Amino acid sequence: MAQHQVNYASTAGLPIALTSVDKLVNWGRSNSLWPLTYGLACCAIEMMASGASRYDFDRMGTIFRASPRQADVMILAGTLSKKHSEFARRLYDQMTEPKWVISMGSCANTGGMFNTYATVQGVDRIIPVDIYLPGCAPRPETLQYALMMLQKKIRKESANMKKNTKQDLTTQTGKRARLI
Amino acid sequence: MRKYVPKDNVQKKAYYTDRFHVVPRVPREKVEEGSHFAQVVKTVGADAQESYIEIGQLVLHIKPEDNFKVIKILKEQCGYTQCSEQSAVDYLAKDNEFELFWQLLNVNEAKRVRVVCRLKKGLAIESIVPLFNSANFAEREMFDMFGIKVNNHPFLKRILMPDDWEGHPLLKTYPLHGDEFASWYEVDKIFGKEYRDIIGPENRDPAKIDIEDTKRFSRVGYEVPFGAEYNGDQEKEIEYSETLLVNYNKKTSKTLDERR
Repeated sequence: MAQHQVNYASTAGLPIALTSVDKLVNWGRSNSLWPLTYGLACCAIEMMASGASRYDFDRMGTIFRASPRQADVMILAGTLSKKHSEFARRLYDQMTEPKWVISMGSCANTGGMFNTYATVQGVDRIIPVDIYLPGCAPRPETLQYALMMLQKKIRKESANMKKNTKQDLTTQTGKRARLI
Repeated sequence: MRKYVPKDNVQKKAYYTDRFHVVPRVPREKVEEGSHFAQVVKTVGADAQESYIEIGQLVLHIKPEDNFKVIKILKEQCGYTQCSEQSAVDYLAKDNEFELFWQLLNVNEAKRVRVVCRLKKGLAIESIVPLFNSANFAEREMFDMFGIKVNNHPFLKRILMPDDWEGHPLLKTYPLHGDEFASWYEVDKIFGKEYRDIIGPENRDPAKIDIEDTKRFSRVGYEVPFGAEYNGDQEKEIEYSETLLVNYNKKTSKTLDERR
């Protein structure tokens, strides 16, 4: 918002900063992204490392929350099995709007090496994803970069989020539909 | 198993790759007189239909209805106080039966015994949970993976797969990518069957590239803006910069007809 800053000297020292509501709200949202403490597999170890002191998520205003009610980012870190998919979706539904999803690692993106009957072939089959983060497992720097990308995305969004416009899914039949 | 290759005229061939191939087989030894295992076989008695030693372990073949009795003898009289594993092997295609095994450990003697039996398809086996609590989860897993029912089990339900799962995944007839039920499981459960059309079938091809997907893949020579609607395979004129991008449209480039 630096470009909107007013020269206080010329306004008799009045503390005025001009900006749009969108920018202000998104500035707040993007700088306090609270992910859900939710690990599925080995990617969760990298996620923990990102949160710990060496890589330090806190400096980006990112603090892991233990309740979906207090979180606004869901990091799907690891292999999502079909048995668990129901509960992952339930946690996503319990999060309050606005909410964003990072799919972390090959397994969450596409099923990865688990091309089997028991693994969900990409979490975007059940949850709309904002950022796909490649890697097996991604380094903590990569997760932090993904979060920075998400911040960038949020800053471009409208603050009045009539959300649910996240993702187009093209089906085999050519129909386009939205996953809410 | 290696594919069978006819072996006549082998000497005339320049290469015969199967020359050193030996079908892997674990050697079986007789139970030595006077050893610990000989004592075990004697204690079990006539219930042991066949007994031999494989890699230092005693293998006892029994009838499926004798399993509780034999394992009880092994536990109480021979000191086999741990059941380290219990499961089954699918031989349905070959013999229409399962091979069930119990792996027992004697800690004092540092000896192991494998009790093996053949169970016809559709028959149930007696639970050994009263003897070994460790068999509780093992028998549930066997029920989950093979569909073998276990009589008198305290709580026989699926342990790995969801309770409403159909099919038994470790059967040889179960496809690796899952049957129809498995491939739609999460969609049916979360959204309902009418969402199948919207979400579409699973992509099982890791090299699949969707030509209509303008978000994830850039198509060289067919570039469109990010997320644009796909409209046919029209080649588009692109503005190439003089310094950075090289225009390698088909007009200026040459395609070789044959290898040089």
